[in-house]
Amino acid sequence: MIHSLFLINCSGDIFLEKHWKSVVSQSVCDYFFEAQEKAIDVENVPPVISTPHHYLISIYRDKIFFVSVIQSEVPPLFVIEFLHRVADTFQDYFGECSETAIKDNVVIVYELLEEMLDNGFPLATESNILKELIKPPTILRSVVNSITGSSNVGDTLPTGQLSNIPWRRAGVKYTNNEAYFDVVEEIDAIIDKSGSTVFAEIQGVIDSCIKLSGMPDLSLSFMNPRLLDDVSFHPCIRFKRWESERVLSFIPPDGNFRLISYRVSSQNLVAIPVYVKHMISFKENSSSGRFDVTIGPKQNMGKTVESVVMTVHMPKAVLNMNLTATQGSYTFDPVTKVLTWDVGKITPQKLPNLKGLVNLQSGAPKPEENPSLNIQFKIQQLAISGLKVNRLDMYGEKYKPFKGVKYITKAGKFQVRT
Amino acid sequence: MAASPAYGEDKGGASSLGEPEYGHDPASGGIFSSDYKRHDDLKEMLDSNKDSLKLEAMKRIVAMIARGKNASDLFPAVVKNVACKNIEVKKLVYVYLVRYAEEQQDLALLSISTFQRGLKDPNQLIRASALRVLSSIRVPIIVPIMMLAIKEAASDMSPYVRKTAAHAIPKLYSLDSDQKDQLIEVIEKLLADKTTLVAGSVVMAFEEVCPERIDLIHKNYRKLCNLLIDVEEWGQVVIINMLTRYARTQFLSPNQNESLLEESAEKAFYGSEEEDTKEPKAEAASLAKRKPYVMDPDHRLLLRNTKPLLQSRNAAVVMAVAQLYFHLAPKAEVGVIAKALVRLLRSHSEVQYVVLQNVATMSIKRRGMFEPYLKSFYIRSTDPTQIKILKLEVLTNLANETNISTILREFQTYIRSMDKDFVAATIQAIGRCATNIGKVRDTCLNGLVQLLSNRDELVVAESVVVIKKLLQMQPAQHSEIIKHMAKLTDNIQVPMARASILWLIGEYCEHVPKIAPDVLRKMAKSFTNEEDIVKLQVINLAAKLYLTNSKQSKLLTQYVLNLAKYDQNYDIRDRARFIRQLIVPTEKSGALNKYAKKLFLAQKPAPILESSFKDRDHFQLGSLSHLLNAKAVGYQELPDWPDEAPDPSVRNVEVPEWTKCTSREKRKEKAEKPFYSDSDGESGPTESADSAVPHAEPESVSEESGSSSSSSSSSGSEEEEEEEEEGSGEQSEDKEEEEKRPKRKDKEGSRKDQWGEQSLSPEGGCGTGGSASRAVLMGLCLWGCTYRAVPMQVCYQSCPHAAVPWGHWGCPHRAVTHQSSVNPFSLNPAVTPPPPQPIPSSSIISTSLVTDLEGLTLTDTSLTPALLSPAFGAVRTYELLHRMAGEGLSVEYCFSRRPFPGDPHMVAVHIQISNNTDAEVKSLRVSEPKLLSGMRIQEFPEIERLAPGDTANVVMGIDFCDSTQAANFQLCTHTRHFYVSIQPPVGELMAPVFMSENEFKKEQGKLTGMSEITEKLTLPEKCRSDHAIVQQVTSAANVGRVPCGADNEYRFAAKTMTSGSLVLITLEQREGAVAQLTVNSEKMVIGTMLVKDIIQALAQ
Repeated sequence: MIHSLFLINCSGDIFLEKHWKSVVSQSVCDYFFEAQEKAIDVENVPPVISTPHHYLISIYRDKIFFVSVIQSEVPPLFVIEFLHRVADTFQDYFGECSETAIKDNVVIVYELLEEMLDNGFPLATESNILKELIKPPTILRSVVNSITGSSNVGDTLPTGQLSNIPWRRAGVKYTNNEAYFDVVEEIDAIIDKSGSTVFAEIQGVIDSCIKLSGMPDLSLSFMNPRLLDDVSFHPCIRFKRWESERVLSFIPPDGNFRLISYRVSSQNLVAIPVYVKHMISFKENSSSGRFDVTIGPKQNMGKTVESVVMTVHMPKAVLNMNLTATQGSYTFDPVTKVLTWDVGKITPQKLPNLKGLVNLQSGAPKPEENPSLNIQFKIQQLAISGLKVNRLDMYGEKYKPFKGVKYITKAGKFQVRT
Repeated sequence: MAASPAYGEDKGGASSLGEPEYGHDPASGGIFSSDYKRHDDLKEMLDSNKDSLKLEAMKRIVAMIARGKNASDLFPAVVKNVACKNIEVKKLVYVYLVRYAEEQQDLALLSISTFQRGLKDPNQLIRASALRVLSSIRVPIIVPIMMLAIKEAASDMSPYVRKTAAHAIPKLYSLDSDQKDQLIEVIEKLLADKTTLVAGSVVMAFEEVCPERIDLIHKNYRKLCNLLIDVEEWGQVVIINMLTRYARTQFLSPNQNESLLEESAEKAFYGSEEEDTKEPKAEAASLAKRKPYVMDPDHRLLLRNTKPLLQSRNAAVVMAVAQLYFHLAPKAEVGVIAKALVRLLRSHSEVQYVVLQNVATMSIKRRGMFEPYLKSFYIRSTDPTQIKILKLEVLTNLANETNISTILREFQTYIRSMDKDFVAATIQAIGRCATNIGKVRDTCLNGLVQLLSNRDELVVAESVVVIKKLLQMQPAQHSEIIKHMAKLTDNIQVPMARASILWLIGEYCEHVPKIAPDVLRKMAKSFTNEEDIVKLQVINLAAKLYLTNSKQSKLLTQYVLNLAKYDQNYDIRDRARFIRQLIVPTEKSGALNKYAKKLFLAQKPAPILESSFKDRDHFQLGSLSHLLNAKAVGYQELPDWPDEAPDPSVRNVEVPEWTKCTSREKRKEKAEKPFYSDSDGESGPTESADSAVPHAEPESVSEESGSSSSSSSSSGSEEEEEEEEEGSGEQSEDKEEEEKRPKRKDKEGSRKDQWGEQSLSPEGGCGTGGSASRAVLMGLCLWGCTYRAVPMQVCYQSCPHAAVPWGHWGCPHRAVTHQSSVNPFSLNPAVTPPPPQPIPSSSIISTSLVTDLEGLTLTDTSLTPALLSPAFGAVRTYELLHRMAGEGLSVEYCFSRRPFPGDPHMVAVHIQISNNTDAEVKSLRVSEPKLLSGMRIQEFPEIERLAPGDTANVVMGIDFCDSTQAANFQLCTHTRHFYVSIQPPVGELMAPVFMSENEFKKEQGKLTGMSEITEKLTLPEKCRSDHAIVQQVTSAANVGRVPCGADNEYRFAAKTMTSGSLVLITLEQREGAVAQLTVNSEKMVIGTMLVKDIIQALAQ
């Protein structure tokens, strides 16, 4: 399946290579560079490139291209999904998936890659198993290691792989037993020029942080499970139980993981928590334009809308912007033409407003399209769909765990057309 | 670059321990240190006693490897540490070893023994990791060791080790594809494994090694379906993809009825647009002909068990299930996948890219599925262009009369995007919507015409091109737009657009007779200032106008042509000259002139605007090939649905009782009827009854067992009769069954008699030999004759020589003959008693009997009566030692199929040794046999001397333990040793056995389920006669013919040499060239290989 993997940074250096079968020369990446050049934008590099002898399947994560070399038919998603899993693992191990982090931990990276694939076929991708095999680096451990000469590689071989629940390792012990669930909902929306909603939808996830000793068997139930229209599960969840009783029943992995992700059924009308009033215009035959945007709260169920950020990709002809913000601060990058306005909290009494002049390149034709505004925001203590966790029960262990549920609503891909 | 690795190394040495240095500026130093010196310090560290130093060295080496730098010269120093106690050092050594073993094969061998030791470790995880590394070392010389290790690991107690074995299979296969057959055996074994841990990996191995061996899946199909949900996610993807292909070969299309209905419905809907290609009558007829479709329960099982996986967090799994549903599910059920696919659109952009490609293909065929999610495909300005274009494609595919207005409104916002590639694609999409949906054509056209005034050249060009295409479809109705476009020539400056407009006016100048000459006038005025591409179109326009409206445009045309004649561009000059000759009649201009109008104003077909994803669904969705729209290496075609469902009972795994078995056969027939009825058009009532009987539980049809036992015992010919007299016959049969049921409990003998009688009764009631003893040939006993083991031998024409006396082969002593003598390998016994000439009592029987006897060859009485001597076809000889390799000594061997005296378990191998040297070869003998456990060799007695030019014949016996493993040994002369190996074809591992038809059936009944292998084949022209079939089968395998009542069925029986397990072969010739081969044997491996060999023999 996966023959080789090359990690390439944005300036085109191959800084890591790993081969699971015979060695494939680095020159195969030239085809990738060619495609990259053609694409101009990093986002537009086709994920699958066909070369005379190989196929290159790549992903772009955190300013690194993960380019895998394939020699024969394999579902492309299989490879893409795996590469993302690799990136996730790096993130998990090193706190960030960056070129420096990988370079600093090259031996661990190599050991991880060795365990994750056998002959190009995924072997151990569960982070719990991997962590048993290869301990993540911590400052304390590296100090200890340098003194005692012990290593990061576990000397016990992982038992998780042998069990029926490969995601959980055996013999977990905590003094404080805790289980936290974060219900995070994101609103994807397209709002058109006149302020009416073209498309809106709520996507949610439940991220868990479980620190429980032994082999707890949890079941989580909702007040209104019918809201969940389309759900995808972590493999630990017993599907049959969900089908019959709408209860999430599972033996959790140890640590942080995503329990479910879901979409709220489209019949429910989505409450849009903010509105945007905008006036953007470019004058014909003059090198200036006007920009005036106001953001206000709407249908926010008594909660405050926080961490509001607006980003706008201005047309190429824009040279500079002279704006004044009544609240927060704005920056305009004349190279990428991105305007960012960090608004902060919205208070209904005084609506934040950003207005001023736009300087256009003189002589250039007036931009035809007004840029669309991308909005980010956050509302604490609220799941906009109304989803509520009813109760969490634990079986199989005697102790009493501490349980907590947190709700957050965020903007997902929230776009206002102007 | 020789010194380049040095930088990292030198620095690394200086830096603190535990942090391998990385990625230095080349200028930072180290250039002066030589390679040798640099690696010396690493070598020193590796040689030290301290683990921490070794670890440090290994870390630096691994960092070098990661960087892609060459560290191969450290190989000896590193390999030494393979047995190091420190686990991290060990692991890093493994990493190094796997990377460089291929380059340093000899040195790599040093490490093998460590792994071999590891394979025997009591800890399963150590066994597994030893096998993993051992199999990852790509050194061809260790292939036999790997093979052995894999075989052993495949039957390991621990599922984890077995999983590792499954992973090792493709590695070995890529190293040496000759091992395929043996590997398939291992795969077969592992496929039967019941743990989820193994399932995914072994299917992966199956896909890489033998994806064509779909027959291996039958028995494991249900198990795989049931395990699927618990298999790890990567395994799920592979299994689902494989099962999709499997299902396509084994089940009937669930949409055969609906597809027709749907087609006709759609046609009614878009009747105005598309021309009906088929006659409605024919359609109705074909609809009526269809039988009610009942889904195979196994098909349903697959769909049911994969559905929950749509909820997987892994996009690849979701996609795999989606493609499975798309390819296999009834139309009404496919819809469920849409939701899951739309969910994936929120994932990473690479995932979106792949999913959208597949959605684009799906949405062409099953538009309704994605319509509810239309808005999910709306485009955001932040999407990457490639995603935008794919979404656009999907939106266009989803457009229909009800949603087109919303889609067009969306498109209007897209057109104003800053991303010009995307705008161009949008214009194309509008064009496609306009062609597909007649209602909005005018709206689209108007919208596009407005775009002609866009400032962006790309947009205008694209719009003009699309408008051109749209107008080409119905030019007559759109003279207004052509007029409008004509006016635009004053404003539009983009050359491409001007050119397109001119072409349009020229092409449809008859629709705008007044405007066209005026446009030409204007263009003639500005001709000299135009771009080349426009000039060419001006000339074209002029030519076309001259032909249609020469009165008004004659002078103008000549003016334009004159201008063009002196143009700077030679293309334009050429064109002008060429056109002048064509259109302006002169004395010299020939016949072409008359056809000028036809040449220029021919009807040009409208370009077709269709999706580039139109026919992509012939690739399995979700595959790389589908994405690239080209066949990728190793892509397995998705087969078309079969017209008739293959036998569903092959997937049954339970081993039934003998009495049940017959009922199963009957049931099978019954169950298949609705499928077959497609072709033979049976009457209504039976069908409905059939389709009502689910064919899952044998018990459910137990009341039919009576009839089944009778019919299964009767041969094909009787079945035909049965069909003929169906209506009345069935009832009477039922009565018969009632009578027979108690008798079935009787002893076999009497029951067999009953059958003997029954099977023959329709043919003339000559079943008189019921009392004959069991050991007697069925066919013979039917005559009432009691031939018992009559020595006879049927001579085949293919055995031309009849020279060598039996004695030569009867004993294992060597026999030296001169080379010029008749080749004893094509032997045929001289002393063959003439075949008996039976006097047939009925002509019908006689023909079948003669054929029976042809297959039978009885041997001298010294043998055990049950063992038949082989039927001799042409005896194949194999080369043991080529004369070049043997330095003049050439050795050939053949399987004479005679029993090996002294040991009945041994296969007799006749060896012919010729001395082609000019010196005497002395003391020729076998030595040092290297055999797998259980195998034995009886060597031939030493040949003291072999004169130059002489040939010696000897016999040796080998007990192969019923496996096709080669027996390796050395052939020694007084000077040399030659390594040789004898690998038996599977057909030589058995000896014929004598049995009656009833015995055969009885034994066959015991060997169903797992031990039954069925394969369909097509017989070639020359291999359809009885004679040829029998000959081919007996030449492929050492089997004896079993008489059979039907003339389209052939039966053979044999026992394996070592274990004496029965091998039963049935070849049923269906109509024409189609035949079905069934092999029953508890040795499944032998069975499968035998099937292959026989099919190959018959295909020749």
